[in-house]
Amino acid sequence: MSTHLQSEGRVPEGVLLEVDDLKTHFRTERGLVRAVDGVSFSLQRGKALGVVGESGSGKTVLSRTIMGLLPSNAVRSGSVRFAGQEILDLDAKQMRHIWGREMSMVFQNPMVSLNPLMKIGKQIAEPLQIHLGLDNRAAAETAERLLRDVHIPEARKRLDQYPHELSGGMRQRVMIAIAMACGPTLLFADEPTTALDVTVQAQILELIGEQRRERNMSVILVTHDLGVVAGHTDEIAVMYGGRLVEKAPTRELFANMRMPYTKSLMRSIPKLDDPSHTRLLTIPGRPPDLVNPPRGCRFAPRCAYARDRCHQEDPPLVTADTSPDHVYACWYPVGSPEFEARDAEIMEQITTGVEVGGRR
Amino acid sequence: MSDLPESPALLAADVILEDAPSESMASRRTLGIGFWIAVGWIVLIVLAALLAPYLGLKDPDENYINRDLGRPPYPPSGEFWFGSDQDARDVFSRTIYGARVSLVVGFAAMGCGMLFGGTLGMLAGFLRGWFDRVISFVFLVLLSFPALVLAILITSLLDRNLRTVAGTLGFLSIAPVGRLARATTIQYSEREFVLAARTLGAKNGRLMIRELLPNVVIPMGALALLGVAVAIVAEGALAFLGLSVEQELSWGKLILLGSGTNILQDAPWVSMGPIFVLFLTVLALNFAGDRVREYFDVRENML
Amino acid sequence: MAGTGTAHLRGGDAVLRVEDLVVEFPIDRHTKVSAVAGISFDVMRGETLGIVGESGCGKSTTGRAIMQINQPTSGSVVFEGRDLTSLSSEELRAARTKIQMIFQDPISSLNPRRKVRDSVKDPLDIWSRGTEQERLELVDALLEHVGIDPARAAESRPHEFSGGQCQRISIARSLVLDPTMIICDEPVSALDVSVQAQVLNLLEDLKAEYGLTLIFIAHDLAVVKNISDRVAVMYLGKLCEIADSDDLYARPAHPYTNVLVESIPVPDPDVAVTRAAVQGEPPSPVAPPSGCRFHPRCPNADDLCATTEPEIRSIGDGHYVACHHPNVTPVSIGA
Repeated sequence: MSTHLQSEGRVPEGVLLEVDDLKTHFRTERGLVRAVDGVSFSLQRGKALGVVGESGSGKTVLSRTIMGLLPSNAVRSGSVRFAGQEILDLDAKQMRHIWGREMSMVFQNPMVSLNPLMKIGKQIAEPLQIHLGLDNRAAAETAERLLRDVHIPEARKRLDQYPHELSGGMRQRVMIAIAMACGPTLLFADEPTTALDVTVQAQILELIGEQRRERNMSVILVTHDLGVVAGHTDEIAVMYGGRLVEKAPTRELFANMRMPYTKSLMRSIPKLDDPSHTRLLTIPGRPPDLVNPPRGCRFAPRCAYARDRCHQEDPPLVTADTSPDHVYACWYPVGSPEFEARDAEIMEQITTGVEVGGRR
Repeated sequence: MSDLPESPALLAADVILEDAPSESMASRRTLGIGFWIAVGWIVLIVLAALLAPYLGLKDPDENYINRDLGRPPYPPSGEFWFGSDQDARDVFSRTIYGARVSLVVGFAAMGCGMLFGGTLGMLAGFLRGWFDRVISFVFLVLLSFPALVLAILITSLLDRNLRTVAGTLGFLSIAPVGRLARATTIQYSEREFVLAARTLGAKNGRLMIRELLPNVVIPMGALALLGVAVAIVAEGALAFLGLSVEQELSWGKLILLGSGTNILQDAPWVSMGPIFVLFLTVLALNFAGDRVREYFDVRENML
Repeated sequence: MAGTGTAHLRGGDAVLRVEDLVVEFPIDRHTKVSAVAGISFDVMRGETLGIVGESGCGKSTTGRAIMQINQPTSGSVVFEGRDLTSLSSEELRAARTKIQMIFQDPISSLNPRRKVRDSVKDPLDIWSRGTEQERLELVDALLEHVGIDPARAAESRPHEFSGGQCQRISIARSLVLDPTMIICDEPVSALDVSVQAQVLNLLEDLKAEYGLTLIFIAHDLAVVKNISDRVAVMYLGKLCEIADSDDLYARPAHPYTNVLVESIPVPDPDVAVTRAAVQGEPPSPVAPPSGCRFHPRCPNADDLCATTEPEIRSIGDGHYVACHHPNVTPVSIGA
């Protein structure tokens, strides 16, 4: 089923991507925007990492930085090692050897991600010809096989169609086929289903997971939706204000959330299991200004559990006692006596109908 | 990153970074020092033209023969800043007086274009339907007719006074301004705030004036500044063909008078003075128009 | 999937009663598309009706057709006893002040060139309500109520506010004329999760405080369930199912509702969806399938579904479904 076009096993099993103290700042007229501000993590081959955050959390900038896709006003520092090689200092010309063959990306909006004036077949075949040196016929055959891999019916017919003749879900499948074309080892999926209907979203996520397993590919799934990452990732990294604030294996994270931000985010999502008109817990205010981030913990100004220390000292990432793979950055994490005491008060007030945590 | 798109999944990589602030995202923007210099120049020229009789300039039609300097034309000097022409008339003074016609023609033409083109364009864009079809067709016809030929036709048939020339150029500016007004109106009419105002009970007149006009007038104003520059040049072209205002001076006429073969060789300053001022004014108008457009474009992009 | 039939309409104190609503748009000279193909529903005073469905199901068109922004092709929209489709434009202008609308794109909903306080005050100016002083007092009180600083609103334009704040401002504007009903068209889908909860809670509070009736249109079932008393599920311009919200989610009778519920990504790895509940995508409303419009994608479909449009019928407790083979056994009509 899968198309192993590239020599298998270029990248040994084990760690595929290592990001260390990565910073991406943007020079603007307003000042330096600290979009990603000291993020470290590593990703194993074949695993799926979910990067979760709200707008302005730096999740999109993080993936673009690793891909080397930044506007000219960006300043990067830190280290990104891909398959053991430092790639942060490569220029666009050198990165081109990595794009497509090693890393590729699926974007949010399939409506604008395809060239409207080029036939589907050509859009898939072109990278095959450029990167793998296939001739026209071999490229066309491979393109058809790729379309079948992503479960597009009547693949041969589709090759001769233009993007506007396909539905949104089909176009996203084509995007995935293009991303898969040169057999990358790392796929970035940046909000791949946000523009799609809910029933189609499930299909696309399923397809990405299937391709990942078949190709032993790593996936970084960037999304704002905790529901999307819950069923389709091995690990989750939660970002806030340009920082990584919590990271854990998916089950561990949902079972033992430590970071009050993650917990609050979970509680603010309406859940189908709750009866209707269940009062939602909210996070007051809005994400921090990344030009002048708050002192101490960046979530502290919006955190119902923050104490003096949170406004003064920046909490480091520490390992949770529940799992060695679980890290979080909080002085008074979920489960600590300070958190529990405050939480009890909040729950008390919720049930008695008094609003807590700043404005409604 | 112009050499990116070769690589596969990046064919569509020029998607805007959702949470990456670009240079254009700074919340407080300024028009820049260049804009204010341009505006300063325009204001200076307009004031000089308005106040010309009170500035103690030499009479533009008087012959200031100066035996010490020999035979006119005199080159630029302390006495004649821009030199004099072959009849010993002061080119600087003539340039300032010439600004009066050029500027009146430029601004009147664009005023005319804004008023009629803007109104028709907004109505067409707002009402749509048959009215839009008729107006759009009229604009198309006007745009298809070679403008300068039409201007030559009108000015050669009618009295060549200020009103005719300004009116002709104004008429020609209706279609370009109108098209822009129509397109902008259509674009904003689809925004929810217009719908919201309608559901709150606002009638068509109010929708057009309170909701749409403030949004349409910005790109129209930017275009108008460029249009003034075009009209000034067009007046110059008409004058050059001897088809502009007969009795009075204008920059175009001055350039014409200064560009006979002999005089252009012997005394280039006679035409250079007005050319220089015309050039700076047109440049300033173009620059200011561009900056206004960019400034408000950025505001829009931030939304 | 047919909205045919009105068995689910209730009598009593309905603020809004929509019957056999059809909205068609011309595509070209010869073809028309029925964005809404004959739906009926009613909304009781103080009730929140959720309308949920995927893109192209006609939910937004329905909202706009109630407001008469999109002229209904046929059918009636009776609001507080008057059929809005039969009113003259001047009568409609007055009647519409009692229904207000909130849109999806919070920033596009406000005029970018006007100070937001002026935008909120505008309806009062249009209808010449009270003195200038009274107007400003009301506007400032409302702004404060939705959590916006009136002083800042007086001198700021929309782009100086965040999306969530703009949505609050739109909500304040929708309240100044003291409406009976507010139609919310995807009001939170452009907002961040944490801000979404703030706006949902605000709507709940305001509804209670001002005794509002709400129609809440959204694609997100969990959001709709949270805020609604009753939920209508739409597919390709037709009504599939309508029921009290807890009941709808407890026992989704229509196979499509079932698919929707199962497709929702649940933030819990133990129950999260790992397999898609349905394949394919909604077909184009230009050429809808015969019979029940969902039959090509439906797991329960048979020959009957391909030929005959099902009629809406009761399965008890105010729960109605338009399906030949619902997942819950229908009770016979009149039972």
